[in-house]
Order: sequence, then structure tokens, then C-alpha cells
Amino acid sequence: MSILSFRDVSLRYPPRPGSRAAGNDRLVLDGINLQVASNELVAIIGRSGSGKTSLLNLAAGFIAPTSGTIAVDGVPIPGPGADRAVVFQDDALYPWLDARDNVAFPLKLKGMPRATRQARAQQLLELVGLGDAGDHHVWELSGGMRQRVGIARALAAEPRFLLLDEPLGALDALTRTRMQEFLLRIQARSGAGAVLITHSIDEALILASRVLVLSPHPGRLTAEIEAGFSAEILAGAATEKVKASPLFKRLHDGLTSLIHSLPNEEAAA
Amino acid sequence: MTLFTELRPLSRLAEADAAEDARNEAPAGVRPATEAAATARPVPIAVISTLTIAAIIGLWSLASARGVVSPVFLPSPRQVVIAGYNLIVTGFVDATLFEHVGASLYRIFGALIASVLIGIPAGLAIGTSRLGRGILDPIVEFLRPLPPLAYLPLVIIWVGIGEASKITVIALAMLPSIILSTSAGVRSVSREHVNAARSLGAGPRQILAQVVLPSSVPSILTGIRIALGAGWTTLVAAELVAATSGIGFMIQSAAQFLVTDIVIAGIIVIALIAILLEFLARLLERRLVPWASHR
Ligand SMILES: Nc1ncnc2c1ncn2[C@@H]1O[C@H](COP(=O)(O)OP(=O)(O)OP(=O)(O)O)[C@@H](O)[C@H]1O
Ligand SMILES: [Mg+2]
Repeated sequence: MSILSFRDVSLRYPPRPGSRAAGNDRLVLDGINLQVASNELVAIIGRSGSGKTSLLNLAAGFIAPTSGTIAVDGVPIPGPGADRAVVFQDDALYPWLDARDNVAFPLKLKGMPRATRQARAQQLLELVGLGDAGDHHVWELSGGMRQRVGIARALAAEPRFLLLDEPLGALDALTRTRMQEFLLRIQARSGAGAVLITHSIDEALILASRVLVLSPHPGRLTAEIEAGFSAEILAGAATEKVKASPLFKRLHDGLTSLIHSLPNEEAAA
Repeated sequence: MTLFTELRPLSRLAEADAAEDARNEAPAGVRPATEAAATARPVPIAVISTLTIAAIIGLWSLASARGVVSPVFLPSPRQVVIAGYNLIVTGFVDATLFEHVGASLYRIFGALIASVLIGIPAGLAIGTSRLGRGILDPIVEFLRPLPPLAYLPLVIIWVGIGEASKITVIALAMLPSIILSTSAGVRSVSREHVNAARSLGAGPRQILAQVVLPSSVPSILTGIRIALGAGWTTLVAAELVAATSGIGFMIQSAAQFLVTDIVIAGIIVIALIAILLEFLARLLERRLVPWASHR
């Protein structure tokens, strides 16, 4: 098992070009300490602009922290790598490749021969319920299908951690609910840890074993909730039943009022 | 005063409502228009264009039939058609029309291959590296605004009067648009596409080959289409000046003997080939990058 860890991480973006005022560079994340094991799904919720994407970009290695360290198993990450595969909000699939070749993309990078990687990609497509869609252009797929291709592509890299930036944000409510259960099972089967960014408290509670709240200006992890609902659902409980339980409601209400009590972006701007 | 300021947003709301109402009524308002369209359908642009061409040819035959203009200056359309037929069958200045066209196409495609082989790597260098940009930008910016015929004499001095000089000049005329479209394509590659590749394990070279290059193909193809147009005009002009075959040379020779019907037939052939090249380039774009319109 691996551990992805943030230690005293802070992130400061340079000042907006044009604003001359001294000290105007923006501290977006401050004192972030976080550990994610490669067998759990941790959800991070917070208001728009609280720094969720920034935090995920740090974990992915797309940007470097201003201070502090991000490490996997104690080894500071050198930059982006296939051990931390990202699923983007707007899928970021390659339109010049069909669905199967998109999934096979990480395998191609590893130099796997074409026939082998196509077969493996087909398996992954079947895993995400898209066994028939391999030959489709990505623009022929619906939003939910594209997200599943994106997840299959990330899984093909055999990452130790999946970094999911609001992967279900663009889906309609019904598709989203289905995709949540799907995501839960996939993550459990893949043996990869996951960091899930979401706006939805429901989603966080259903999917995550731990829910972290990121408060804005600067972004700090202010609350942590242990949620056992994902284990119940994986064990066979109906999602609707779980959502109807008093404990779920209490946690939901608690998180809702907590988030509403936090300053929002407009107030701070 | 306070009443007035309070009323303003209200009145604006009323305006918005009125606009909304107007929009809601639009379908009803549209109906008479569609009815009108059913009776008096607007004339398709293609029809108007065809009529224009027919009118020009009509005026042209009228002018030459009435003897308004001397046939030396303006032969009749019939004469031009006959000249075209003769060009195909017997030819002019030692070659048939197809041989002249073939010579020209050989040059333009030779130049296209050369400029693609040089232009795409150069464009990648400009788009991906500061060093490449620093070195190549001034060269491209120097070359781009130059009329190719301005450096044709120099190229002839350097590489001789043969095919090489013409291909070189045309390639130089094509290069800037290929280089610039490649670097524009590289610079417009989506950040997320690159980041996705990095997080899936791609190194810098793999990102270039697997992400940056494919995502630049639509832009590169557009550059090639523009380059073909620029190359074709340059080619004909270069052949007017220095060649012993080719469609431009054919026109130039015919003009020297005042064989105006061949000149006009040649001009029409040049235009038709230009249109054909454009068409082929667009076909290629649709075939190779059907995804370009779905990004
Ligand atoms: N590349 C950047 N350069 C400068 N500032 C940035 C950059 N990216 C984000 N920011 C700023 O950092 C803050 C946090 O942005 P971030 O995208 O991480 O928020 P978020 O929580 O993901 O928001 P959302 O829920 O809307 O996606 C915002 O104020 C944003 O303007
Ligand atoms: Mg975000």
C-alpha cells in the first residue's frame, strides 16, 4: 500500500498582471496536511475558488508548491507521473483517437505492442460498460460515456492514485447518480487510492471514506468527517436507503451548514 | 428623486419583459415569412453565380461578334474553346496542355514536399522552444512579406535556371504559411491535453509526438491549403519569367506571338487548377481530421 502525503503545503499564485499593489500575490492554499492511502477514496469539498483544483494540480505535479512537500511513500514527487493519473472535469480525451485508442494511450506510452494494448484497452472498456463503444469517435459519445472512457484511460496507466477533479460535474442528475455507484465500484476494484474533488455533499458522503472540507482565503482543510456509507453501498445496500438514513442526513446537514458558514468568493473579492 | 431612481430598474424590467414577449411572439411573427418563402423562395447563391458567369460569357461573345473589340485583343469564346481543344490535342511550344500542366504540377508538388519537410519541424521549433522561436522568427518575418519574384533572380544566380530554382522559389513562397500555421497549431494545443498526457506517464518527446503534433494537424493542413494557393500564383509568375515549359511559360510564349485565344485558355486553366487544388486540400482536411470541427 502507498501513501500520498501533503506536508505543510502552501501555494501562492503570482499577483494578477496589472494589479500593482504590493503583497497582492495570492495565497491560495495554506498549511495543507493530508494523507491518502492507496485503498481509500477521500473527497474534498469546498466552495468555488477555495483552491480544490489547485490542490489536485499540486498532487498531480502540474504545479509545484510554494512551500512544503508532496510525497508518495515519503519520496517527494518529481512532477507529473503515471502513478497519479488525473481524470479531468471536461474529460480531456484526445479527439483524434477513437475511444479504444484513448484508453490504450498510457499503454502506448509504455511501449506496449499495438495488439496487446488494444486487447487490454478493450478489457478496460468492458469494465466501464463500454465494450461496444471502442470504435466510436469520442465526440459521438455522451458526457457520461466520455467520463467513463476518461476513467478507463486513467486506470490503464495502473496508477496508485486516481485524482478526480469533479469528474461528474457536467452530468445530469440521473446519470450522475449512476456514475457515482459506478465510480465507487471501479475504485474499489482497481486497488488505487483516490482523491475526489466535488461540489456535491451527497456525492462526497456516498463515495468517500473520509470527507475533507476546504475553506477559502486561504484554502485550509478545516474539517474532516469519517463516512462509512461507501462501505455499506459496496456491501450491497441501496444508495437511496443509505441517503435516507438519519446519520447520513445529520452529516449532510452538518456539512451544509459548515460550508455555508464559510466565507464565499464574492464576499472576499 | 428617490422614486425616480427606484423606478429605473423597474422600467428596465418592463423593457426586458417586452423583449421577452417579442421573443415569445416570434414564432407567430415568423409564420408569414415562411409562407412567403414557400411562394417566393430566395434564389440560391449558386444560381446567381452561374447566371453571373453566363452573363459575362454572353457579353463577351456579343462584344467579339459585333466586332466591338479586335479579335487580337479579345477572341470569341468559341475561338478560346477551339484553342483549348487544340492545346489538348496538338499542344503549343513543343508540349501539349497536359504536359505544360504536368510540368507546373510537378514543380508545385515538389515544392510542397520540400516546404512541408522543412516547415513543420521549423514550426514545431518555434512553437515549442524559446531558442527556436528566437532564431527562426526573424527569418520567417523577413521572408513572409517578400514577393517571391523579388528573390527569384538571386535564386537563379545561386542554383541556376533549371527546375531547382523554380522549386526553390515556390518552396520559399510556401514556407512562411506552413511554418506559421504549424507554430500556431502548437501554441493552441489544449493545456489539459498536455497535462493529461503528463499524468499518464508521457515524457517531453512523447508529448510532442503523441499530443502536440496530432492536435496541430488541422492547423497545419490549413497552412498547406494557403501555401498551395500562394505557391500556385508564384509558380505561374515564375514560369512567366524563367522557364521552358509549364502553364505560365505557355501563356508567356503565346502572348509574344499575340495568340490571345491560347492566353485566355491558359488563364482559365490556371484558375480551374487553383480551384481544384483548393478543393483537394479541403477534401484532405475532411478526410484526415474529421475531429477538427468537434473539439
Ligand atoms: N493558474 C493560476 N494562476 C493564478 N491564479 C489562479 C490560477 N489557478 C487558480 N487561481 C486562483 O486560485 C484560486 C483557487 O482556484 P481553484 O481553481 O483551485 O479553485 P476551485 O476550488 O477548484 O474552484 P472551482 O470549484 O470553481 O473549480 C482562485 O481564486 C483562482 O482565481
Ligand atoms: Mg476547480
